[in-house]
Amino acid sequence: MEQYSMNLTLKVWRQKNANEQGRFDTYQVKDISSEMSFLEMIDVLNEEMIREGKDPIAFDHDCREGICGMCSMYIDGRPHGPWQNNTVCQLHMRAYKDGDTIVIEPWRANAFPVIKDLMVDRSSFDRIIQAGGYISVNTGSPVDANAIPVNKDMADASFAAAACIGCGACVSACKNSSAMLFLSAKVTHLALLPQGDPERRSRALKMVAQMDKEGFGACTNTGACEAVCPKGISIENIARLNREYLAAGLVAE
Amino acid sequence: MKWSELFTSSVGKKVIMALTGIFLILFLIVHVGLNATIWAMDGGEMFNKGAHFMGSNIVPRILEIGLFAGIILHIVQGLMLEFQNRSKRKQGYAVAMGNKGSKWYSRSMGVLGTLILLFLVVHIADFWLPNRSNQGFLLGEEINLYDKMQEVFKQEWVVALYLLGCFSLAWHLLHGFQSAFRTFGVSNKKYLALINCVGIGFSIIVPLAFAMMPVSFYFGWV
Amino acid sequence: MLDSKIPSGPLEQKWVDYKGHVKLVNPANKRKLEVIVVGTGLAGASAAASLGELGYKVKAFCFQDSPRRAHSIAAQGGINAAKNYQNDGDSVFRLFYDTVKGGDYRAREANVHRLAEVSTSIIDQCVAQGVPFARDYGGLLNNRSFGGTQVKRTFYAAGQTGQQLLIGAYQAMERQVALGNVQQYTRHEMLDVVIVDGKARGIICRNLVTGELERHFGHAVLLCTGGYGNVFYLSTNAMGSNVTAAWKAHKKGAFFGNPCFTQIHPTCIPVSGDHQSKLTLMSESLRNDGRIWVPKQQGDKRKANDIPEEERDYYLERRYPAFGNLVPRDVASRAAKERCDAGYGVGTTGQAVYLDFKYNLINKYGRAEANKLGIANPDTDTLIRLGKEVVKEEYGNLFDMYEKITGENPYEVPMRIYPAVHYTMGGLWVDYELMTNVKGLYALGEANFSDHGANRLGASALMQGLADGYYVIPYTIGNYLADEIATKPIPTDHPSFIQTEKEVADRISTLMNIKGSQTVESFHKRLGKIMWEKCGMARNEKGLKEAIVEIQQLKKEFWSDVRIPGAIGEMNPELDKAGRVADFIELGELMCKDALNRNESCGGHFREESQTEEGEAMRNDKDFAYVAAWEFKGESNWELHKEELTFEVAKPTQRSYK
Repeated sequence: MEQYSMNLTLKVWRQKNANEQGRFDTYQVKDISSEMSFLEMIDVLNEEMIREGKDPIAFDHDCREGICGMCSMYIDGRPHGPWQNNTVCQLHMRAYKDGDTIVIEPWRANAFPVIKDLMVDRSSFDRIIQAGGYISVNTGSPVDANAIPVNKDMADASFAAAACIGCGACVSACKNSSAMLFLSAKVTHLALLPQGDPERRSRALKMVAQMDKEGFGACTNTGACEAVCPKGISIENIARLNREYLAAGLVAE
Repeated sequence: MKWSELFTSSVGKKVIMALTGIFLILFLIVHVGLNATIWAMDGGEMFNKGAHFMGSNIVPRILEIGLFAGIILHIVQGLMLEFQNRSKRKQGYAVAMGNKGSKWYSRSMGVLGTLILLFLVVHIADFWLPNRSNQGFLLGEEINLYDKMQEVFKQEWVVALYLLGCFSLAWHLLHGFQSAFRTFGVSNKKYLALINCVGIGFSIIVPLAFAMMPVSFYFGWV
Repeated sequence: MLDSKIPSGPLEQKWVDYKGHVKLVNPANKRKLEVIVVGTGLAGASAAASLGELGYKVKAFCFQDSPRRAHSIAAQGGINAAKNYQNDGDSVFRLFYDTVKGGDYRAREANVHRLAEVSTSIIDQCVAQGVPFARDYGGLLNNRSFGGTQVKRTFYAAGQTGQQLLIGAYQAMERQVALGNVQQYTRHEMLDVVIVDGKARGIICRNLVTGELERHFGHAVLLCTGGYGNVFYLSTNAMGSNVTAAWKAHKKGAFFGNPCFTQIHPTCIPVSGDHQSKLTLMSESLRNDGRIWVPKQQGDKRKANDIPEEERDYYLERRYPAFGNLVPRDVASRAAKERCDAGYGVGTTGQAVYLDFKYNLINKYGRAEANKLGIANPDTDTLIRLGKEVVKEEYGNLFDMYEKITGENPYEVPMRIYPAVHYTMGGLWVDYELMTNVKGLYALGEANFSDHGANRLGASALMQGLADGYYVIPYTIGNYLADEIATKPIPTDHPSFIQTEKEVADRISTLMNIKGSQTVESFHKRLGKIMWEKCGMARNEKGLKEAIVEIQQLKKEFWSDVRIPGAIGEMNPELDKAGRVADFIELGELMCKDALNRNESCGGHFREESQTEEGEAMRNDKDFAYVAAWEFKGESNWELHKEELTFEVAKPTQRSYK
């Protein structure tokens, strides 16, 4: 792929902390290589701002290889930017051309309050997991790993759901700020394995209750979450969660 | 878990929407089937027979109460959900996501539903209310509904309004039909594909049939 | 002075005997004992969960926004265990032996044997937790082979094994949070250890959101803070991975073991330019199916697919016929560097070699699929098409990642790869119980030095992290805490807490008040350059001596000219980074010092002065069969302590993969 360089205009959401009002600021970045990653482009801008005595843009990022789930930017009206099945950190500048204007916003949802600039607080996701996103086994001497065969298709489907990185793009894309895709990925991951079966009913009930408490909206099956999920988690998981929830709710006393 | 907890959770509320939605879909089948008899070309004889049965027999009249309960529940719950869901994002985006990932009608169920509601008010005022009031809201004498249709569908603006109602209904059904089944927990790809097909068919055929009724009267085809 | 506390008795009985005689803490007393866990990767999360389950009061800290972000999540290939499910001759002894040999005889036999013993339980535990490992059609677990071994003992979940294992440990930990046994502190960074009467009793940390310093007490402190590969600036580590917690412990008295042992991973995506902020690994498992080559002609500028078969040099297969492309990481990395240095490198920078899947795509997978489908005499296109499907299932995510970063499709053209810093075998010195020489201060996982010697084998890091957290620390910590049951929680207004917090606060304000002209990042880049060039894949006396001087100068410059924007009492990522880089600079000096001291080549440490005529690494067991444990004595001043290594079972031989 031929390398080229470009000048860009960035409109970035700046907000000092959770309590203050935010606003958009406009920046010009020059000589950006098409081989840079999007975050490296922000690095360049930040370095320049520090040298000029300005406050650099705060944003969450860590592994920069698309797996930790920390990066979170809503770029030009799409979480994680224009590429499919992708995180911001894996977005590369060859997606843009000279002269483009890019608008960058944080995830927006009441359940994800802004901490600073583009950083949001996603601890609500941890609390949803705490509500039941696990199998209750203590460390010790469980049965041999091969004692319970697991149907390969089920194991693969479970893995596909377990690939969720907990980034929150689903919430940010959903018009209702619903966390159902995140939640359903976890419920599916555990419900499809025989090890997760004993708790599958209570798990669905408890996790949905926690989601409601955290201030996420309800799912209306629009599919926006699935379209932006960097790991391609399927919306069919939400249907499975609904089934798990109903089956549990109708019999739980 | 109490019933009240079950049906007030975010999933439970959706289940109510789906249940009432499916119930209303079933009603639409009966309604469109019965009304299609206007095309029997018998001057409304068969239609009036059917209408008479629906208006005078105790069973459909009791079911009618259920129907109203269903409609009201669907509307109230739907509007509440719409407002609750909207309130979950106090600060909105400067650049909207638009159609990047979802269809406009799936995001517009509240608006489409409200349009249908407006249509319903007119529709009920046109037919149901005069008929029932003539009956003294009991099992009294009915009016000739076929004649009533002849009269009502002479006005252009009414026909236009009915077309708008059917149009809204089509888009509302296009999302609502399959969404209801997802809410009930159908996650199997094979069945989802089937439901999608049936849903698309239903969303086109039923509203189209309804739409043709005022048109037929207006142009004097029946 | 250095007591490794290795139990006596035959090797395979040591851990069994230890467990049989170790002191226990009764459940009622466990409630009264508080344990601090810093870091929530595989080692930290599994330790926090296990200790919480046992009934200890645990406080877990991480600098990320959630424990699930820890960089263990990025491990791709797999986790080793001596299950012998494949009936190919594996055993606990084999795993032990491979690990000691792979580590080039610089690891402790007793630790490694224990690791091999508990490896099988880890798999059982993870499966019970719901880790969706790859399975075969019969429903049983699948295995793949990994570099440096001749058996298939690696369990995996596509190319996301680390993620799945970490999510398992994270969920176990969140369960304990829900039960109230573990308290979780996210966006908190540990900035010092508090020592009271010679024992670690707590930490000072900075709340990264508010900028406030906090004091936390614990009867014991566990550092599970990972490795320090980011000292090289460019590495496959996460941007936030740092040495700060371990370094503070080191400056408080904990010895640093074998700091120069760095693993350079052979298969990473090459650097594309100066803007590069990090490097991305392509799992070692790709070497199972990819063949590594460079053109036979120097400076060949043709496209890879235009170079005919006979003009390609499959140099690993040529040099190491027995292991071929599956030689251990250190060997593969050096061989790539040797070819590139000799002018055979490919790509725009010449700092890359090809990893080519076409051969196996066609011959291995394509043919197997064709046989399955009963296609007689398939043509090449059919074979490629069929092969692609299989490769997609095995490595799809890696191939996609490669394409996103480079814009090239690795199904069509060979990948370009080059070695990059990936893992650090060195770390805080610990004894058999994982305790540093500071009482009550433990180091687990990559943060300690113990199990991998001078080179870690693929799929062993996940194994070690989980072994330490699930199966070792729950036993060994009891041996210490059993004597602490009478110790009441020390209030955090104790003078030691106040004093330590003041030191931390002073350092922060010193940093903020420099108000110089150069950014933190620019210093980090310069440090990385020095380290990579002079303490990287090949090291020599002259270079190391120069590096030490350069680093000392860099340090001076840093402390007089760094520029940190913002304020102290607020979220300030640049300030956090500055503290980490300041520690990296000091560590860099120690690494060079250690590399200079170790005048032998072993594992990841290649001293140019110590090589055979054929250019292979030459170990010197007579003079260097020891762990170099460095004691901090003041600025640029360290004292070397040696822990002699004895090999009773796995007798040292010169490693040969020919």
